[in-house]
Amino acid sequence: MPYQKYIETVPGSATNKIFLFTLSTCVWCKKTKQLLKDLGLEYQFVDVDLLGMTDQISAYNEIEKYNPKIFFPTIIINDGQGVISGFNEEKIKALI
Amino acid sequence: MENIKVEKQEIADLFNSLELLNKKRNYYFNFDKSFTCMILEGLLVNKKRYGHMTCPCRIANGKRDQDLDIICPCDYRDADVSQYGNCFCGLYLSRQKYNNKIPTSPIAERRPNNKILINKNMEEETQQDKKIFPMWRCNVCGYICARDDTPDVCPICGAEKDRFSKTKETVSE
Ligand code: SF4
Repeated sequence: MPYQKYIETVPGSATNKIFLFTLSTCVWCKKTKQLLKDLGLEYQFVDVDLLGMTDQISAYNEIEKYNPKIFFPTIIINDGQGVISGFNEEKIKALI
Repeated sequence: MENIKVEKQEIADLFNSLELLNKKRNYYFNFDKSFTCMILEGLLVNKKRYGHMTCPCRIANGKRDQDLDIICPCDYRDADVSQYGNCFCGLYLSRQKYNNKIPTSPIAERRPNNKILINKNMEEETQQDKKIFPMWRCNVCGYICARDDTPDVCPICGAEKDRFSKTKETVSE
């Protein structure tokens, strides 16, 4: 992934591989990150709005595969086995 | 791109100036003030970053003419507040949600996909569909708006939603 170096990892228990496409300014993204943290789950994220234009376009292409409407957060579980589009509290809690 | 910081005072100033307008125009901020301030902070970051205050929960292009529909308050606010009781971010609530302290939840994205994809298709010609809107007239004060739905409350005179009627006219964007 071209934006690899911008991916951050938040430590926790790693039963599932959780990857988030987020915006640094978005409240629903902040709530998602906080909830995962509270649940003690490990996750990786990239704040798409902080990327340069070329990296942003690569990120869009990736998000579009899982969430054709392209909105944030887009949560990808185990490389695409599952997808949660948006801050869906129930579904996020079920990841535990 | 660097992470932009905003001061607490800037958030408080924005809150106060918008709250003044809200009071006059029958709009309601989220009663959860810390949530509201988080959104205002995002708006201020975007203002510093792009020069215009784009929606913090949506990706902006940075060019004002491409971002017009998502400059806060966005083109989608009134219809979302009317249909779901809150705007996409949850900054604005319907009076009903506000008065009954009903928590905000995420809603479906109303912004058309072709606008979201503008960034991605920067090189391509972005042909945008013309959109037809019905027109609504407040029977109390005569205020006319062209939207998917009426505002929750008339922003001019405060009349209830059911005091609006659909007129024959339509306008396209
Ligand atoms: S969704 Fe709400 S906060 Fe976001 S731009 Fe629209 S009105 Fe503003």
